[in-house]
Amino acid sequence: MLDVRDLRVEFPMRRGTLTALDGVSFSIAPGEVLGVVGESGAGKSITGLAIIGLLEPPGRIAGGEVRLEGERIDNLPADELRKLRGRRIGVIFQDPLTSLNPLYTIGRQIEETIVTHLPMGETQARERALALLREVGIPGAEARYEHYPHQFSGGMRQRVVIALALAAEPRLLIADEPTTALDVSIQAQIIALLKRLAAERGAAVMLITHDMGVIAETAHRVAVMYAGRIVELGSVREVIHAPRHPYTVGLMGSIPRIAARKGRLVQIDGAMPRLNAIPRGCAFNPRCPRRFARCLVERPDLLPAGTSFAACWLHAAA
Amino acid sequence: MPLLSLERVSRDFDVSRPWLNRMLEHEPRRVLRAVDGVSFEVESGETLALVGESGCGKSTVARLIVGLYAPTEGRVVFHGRRLQMIFQDPYASLNPRWRVRDIVGEPIRFLGTGARVEELLVQVGLSADDGDKYPHEFSGGQRQRISIARALGGEPDFLVCDEPTSALDVSVQAQILNLMSDLQSRLGLTYLFISHNLAVVSQVADRVGVMYLGRMVELSPAGMLFSRPRHPYTRMLLDAVPDLGMSGKSRTPVRGEVPNPLAPPSGCPFHPRCPHANDRCRRELPEFIDGVACHAVAERRI
Repeated sequence: MLDVRDLRVEFPMRRGTLTALDGVSFSIAPGEVLGVVGESGAGKSITGLAIIGLLEPPGRIAGGEVRLEGERIDNLPADELRKLRGRRIGVIFQDPLTSLNPLYTIGRQIEETIVTHLPMGETQARERALALLREVGIPGAEARYEHYPHQFSGGMRQRVVIALALAAEPRLLIADEPTTALDVSIQAQIIALLKRLAAERGAAVMLITHDMGVIAETAHRVAVMYAGRIVELGSVREVIHAPRHPYTVGLMGSIPRIAARKGRLVQIDGAMPRLNAIPRGCAFNPRCPRRFARCLVERPDLLPAGTSFAACWLHAAA
Repeated sequence: MPLLSLERVSRDFDVSRPWLNRMLEHEPRRVLRAVDGVSFEVESGETLALVGESGCGKSTVARLIVGLYAPTEGRVVFHGRRLQMIFQDPYASLNPRWRVRDIVGEPIRFLGTGARVEELLVQVGLSADDGDKYPHEFSGGQRQRISIARALGGEPDFLVCDEPTSALDVSVQAQILNLMSDLQSRLGLTYLFISHNLAVVSQVADRVGVMYLGRMVELSPAGMLFSRPRHPYTRMLLDAVPDLGMSGKSRTPVRGEVPNPLAPPSGCPFHPRCPHANDRCRRELPEFIDGVACHAVAERRI
């Protein structure tokens, strides 16, 4: 469904060009949920924005290609891309208020999206909008139809955004931290909803989050990002239970789990490098407990490691 | 004697509309009770955590303790030497125009700062030269270290930490939590740790209080709370934590949302979402007895 090859994103700045993404490749099959996980600055949101053509200038795609159902979409003109978003790609952001217009009722916003993208009249569109609101679990959809975004709670707003993203039956759904702003009890409801919708509609879902717990519950495969590159890619079960990249190992160890007693967490010392100071060789080498000479000079690409792939020289065939 | 005790503390906020609107539209004053009759004690050297979802009143409790708000009813008694607070947002809590040396030295400026500031920076894992830099030169985790250094300046024995790691990435969160536990054993600190994240709380707390709509609904030793939660709300919260182990256990879907605190439900505030609610729960507010406020638990129905 979605195929990203060698994607490179640059930000030309006064003092030189910053490379935000470099050599990012992955694909998502219909009905599959791919989790993209990483810490702030890893490039996960930039990946999502690059795919939908919403990079903030001066950011630009400097190389590679993005294909949706086989068709290249990274070089489309702006108005064609706009038609694509909403019609074939649905987008859900962290803050539901960025996706909703405060001046229109939610019913009107969903209806408008449907009429713009699908060959439907007003009555039909209204029927469909109501059906969508019911499907995402908004109680009293008829009554809520005429309400404005500020009249909804955070969890309900995110449901409205999901309904909006699904309005035109998109083939690809990009969800960037869809549950981060919500309380845990609401988070669980939204995760269940996303999972069900992907399965029922056969849409490909790219779920971007910093929360490995959300990925464990929702995704089939996971891509772990670090400093603008994918460092590990594999099935969720493999990556969680048998991480292959030292960064993933550290990341998994530092996630607090419900424990019966107090304890110390595994910590990775240091912090993610800034884009203007990405170390030579493997970007993770200054923080890596297992680095050796090759890591300091040569940058690893994804190598087969077990059933997953890891960008780490530990997995190079001798 | 406990280091800190809260005795039936409540705090109201006036959220009425402006006077003119009220007069024209015949509206009454509206009062939001953010904290309602909360009592607990914190013993010296322990970590007490308060958990709950947004709007449950946990941050208001923190502010009542450090005196940023005065209680409307009840009292807060502190028997320790000095208390300090660490805030959630390490970007908003440091003055961007000051050098780190001045930020950390400000609260102790009458004590002669020089060497003390450097000592504080080293104590939280920064280098002594970092004092010359400005906050923007540091990452989120390092900024939170600066906040901790500042809080430790006056040699407090009690730290109120309001979501100290919620704005941080997980690997950095682990660094800060480990630092806090090192400082606790080295300096004999007592923590009140406020968080919405149950997994984090289970790693740091000796005892845990669960709050819902301004009330304490359960307060137990951490081991007991996480292995045998009693209040239905605590059970629901624990069920909602994503399962990293991928054990495939089916999660009970959580029902509904936190009600509007301006119009709290009758009886037990949790009854509209509770699977065990009966007529008594809808009518009568449960007393906080033996660490839990729930009719169903008191009547041994669950």
